[in-house]
Amino acid sequence: MDPILIFKLVLVFVLFAVSLGIAAYSTYAERKIAGFMQDRLGPNRAGPFGLLQPLADGVKMFMKEDIIPETSNRFLFIAGPAITMITALMTSAVIPWGPEITINDVKVPLQVADINIGVLYVLGVVSLGVYGIMIGGWASNNKYSLLGAVRASSQMISYELAMGMSIIAIVMSSSSLSLGDIVAGQSGWGGMHWNIFIQPLGCLIFIICAFAECNRTPFDLPESETELVGGYHTEYSSMKLGFYLFAEYVNMFISSAMISCLYFGGYNFPGMEAVQGNMGEIPFALICFVVLFAKILFFVFFFMWIRWTIPRFRFDQLMNLGWKVLFPLAILNVLITGAVIIFF
Amino acid sequence: MQSLTNRSKVVSNKHLSLAERLYLPAIFGGLRITFKHMFKKKATISYPEEQRDHGRLYRGQHVLKRDEQGRENCTACGLCAVACPAEAITMVAGERKKGEEHLYREEKYAIEYNINMLRCIFCGLCEEACPKDAIYLTDRIAESNYQRGQFIFTKDKLVEGIDKSDRIDVSDRRKAVRKGAM
Repeated sequence: MDPILIFKLVLVFVLFAVSLGIAAYSTYAERKIAGFMQDRLGPNRAGPFGLLQPLADGVKMFMKEDIIPETSNRFLFIAGPAITMITALMTSAVIPWGPEITINDVKVPLQVADINIGVLYVLGVVSLGVYGIMIGGWASNNKYSLLGAVRASSQMISYELAMGMSIIAIVMSSSSLSLGDIVAGQSGWGGMHWNIFIQPLGCLIFIICAFAECNRTPFDLPESETELVGGYHTEYSSMKLGFYLFAEYVNMFISSAMISCLYFGGYNFPGMEAVQGNMGEIPFALICFVVLFAKILFFVFFFMWIRWTIPRFRFDQLMNLGWKVLFPLAILNVLITGAVIIFF
Repeated sequence: MQSLTNRSKVVSNKHLSLAERLYLPAIFGGLRITFKHMFKKKATISYPEEQRDHGRLYRGQHVLKRDEQGRENCTACGLCAVACPAEAITMVAGERKKGEEHLYREEKYAIEYNINMLRCIFCGLCEEACPKDAIYLTDRIAESNYQRGQFIFTKDKLVEGIDKSDRIDVSDRRKAVRKGAM
């Protein structure tokens, strides 16, 4: 078999395992951080420091009775969590995890698929994510689920606009739709040519929209347990519920990866040229991978940090922010970027 | 109208400034506070490993005392059961047989003596009611269980050991009870 194909297959499996592993330990980290921020200890009973907690949670989820409501649409009810999980995992395909390495004299990017419209692919897959929630909420045949699903879809569609606009500004300034090129283009200035310094406003908009797309606090209205019981997953139990909750963490991980790649230089780090000159290709790629991972983990932490700091929006505030603030600002950002490109 | 107290304050309804309307400074302020809390001393006490100090007069699990010669003090008079506001105490009285003088101090003793720890409110009225210096609350914490039946403590959990080393010191509580009863 083609060695490059084998390499890509291995990469797919590694990414799959890493995404799920990170997501599993995000649940643990979230509870731990929540505890620390509230002067508590967090889970510490399962294993040393509670490190086996995700395993215990998983086993618990599997052992629970799997209830499918009688009045639900059975097929869609099962499809909902599956779609959510699939779309959550699909996005990681275009994220460049490191610089190119050479296999059999062929330069291969450390990326599952370096498609030339990577950014559009991401936007498309993220939009598909709405379906999982919408279908799940609708198929449950429960008013809370439906309300949660309606909220989720309106919220995600509203924030996708601003998100797309902020990405357009990035595409304009780096003149490529490929994520690999966008990240590679941020290697200048000694590895600090990050897009956040060029597009601070766009970065802010993108991060806010990423929070909204992940349904994370302060935008967790779709599942606001204090208002809607559980939102779109009210009727779900057992591992189907587990999938919904888990997909949220996978989404968080992928969003953090996107934020790191688009605005924080991806695998680029200050002084990378000196490091590159001093060592072989593969150790260098590994260091880049670690750097990107550190950035991603920071943003995962940031997601949690925000969650335990800021209360939830009211729905009209959410829509106001999306349509009347972020969307115009994003358009303004595109205009300014265009003007700068033309006149300077 | 003149206010009766000067505690009320006039609330300003001023419009938010631009910085306040952006919310970002406020959000960063909040983030700083939560971040600081991550390194604060935790309020949690990890119970079975760590125990909170409690006073010498703590009212915990009961003990049925023996006298100097290791004989049970309790004569199953039932005053504790009558005094108990939660009706947690039940007992079955019996007559001491010949040859059991080293086990029970008086002719009558409790064959069974049960305290339902789910009912007990640890008020200490049983020790005040006891005329025979037999029942005391100790500073031991009553153990937890998974089944309700196991919360009914029988004599084998309540009576202290015969050996001097197995005796449970209740001198502080005894003093307090005597003082309270005066």
